[in-house]
Amino acid sequence: MARMPVIDRNKCNGCGLCVEVCQCQVLVLIGNAVEIKEDRKCHLCTRWCTMCETVCPTGAIQCPFEVVVEE
Amino acid sequence: MMGEHTVAAALPDNMVVGIILDDMSVNVESLQSSAYFSGLSSEEFDSIKGHIFEKAVARGEIVLFEGEPARAVYFVVSGVVKIFKTSTDGKEQILYLARPGDSFNDVPVFDGGLSLASAEALTQVVLYAIKKSDLETSLQEYPKLAMNVTHVLSKRIEQVISLVEDLSFRRVTGRVAKILLENTEDTDGHKHRLTQQEMAAMAGTAREMIGRSLKLLEEEGKVRLERNRIVITDKEALMEVAGVGR
Repeated sequence: MARMPVIDRNKCNGCGLCVEVCQCQVLVLIGNAVEIKEDRKCHLCTRWCTMCETVCPTGAIQCPFEVVVEE
Repeated sequence: MMGEHTVAAALPDNMVVGIILDDMSVNVESLQSSAYFSGLSSEEFDSIKGHIFEKAVARGEIVLFEGEPARAVYFVVSGVVKIFKTSTDGKEQILYLARPGDSFNDVPVFDGGLSLASAEALTQVVLYAIKKSDLETSLQEYPKLAMNVTHVLSKRIEQVISLVEDLSFRRVTGRVAKILLENTEDTDGHKHRLTQQEMAAMAGTAREMIGRSLKLLEEEGKVRLERNRIVITDKEALMEVAGVGR
């Protein structure tokens, strides 16, 4: 189960907006595309803020949710 | 003198000092990409440029507060600005995100009133702005500018009407509840994963409405939002909201 945002490198245009808005600093611009820092995680919040997904102009970074029923 | 910047003088109260840009410094392409200035002749554009001042804003900085006198229209050159309202109990409602080429604070400037929403820089932002008095003078001189402004305001009205439609909250929340119920783990153990954008497309609404609906469902104890999971905590109640049989 992915606990980090999912990046589609084909859609990423390297604008870096997601890097700027990320409060947990888990995103980094390498070359012309965004990547997730392997040694970081969204540790400042108990839930995803999804701001990276919100600001992305191309839909390259997404925060997918799994829907489960609590037993 | 060419190349010299002049600090704006005699600005009204509450307006942070900006820098009036000379002809060499205004990013012409940035301005022309704004709907306000589209189709203007070079002469008209050169005249209006002289009234434009630049404002650099750090991430997290509030550009303007809801309720303060509206004294300038802002145009985003780079970065993203969150336009939002805050309720009396402190809840934030995002109206839209202003990106390069977009303007904000238009309506209260033309209305002569108070800013209708607050604006916060989500990233490092560069803005161009024009004071209300200078804009009014330019509108009287240049009919094309006035026509452009009419189009901008018309689009803004359309957006607001759409938001009002969506703000019939229960309708959207019911659709979101149904989407959640239809996308839980299926009998094969396969877990569906949805983004808010996908949920919005499925519900036929804006992405912002999905966030609000999920928060409402959480406040009502029907779901719990975790980092990458939406946990249905009261399935029967959620089914009721969705309007589906048990």
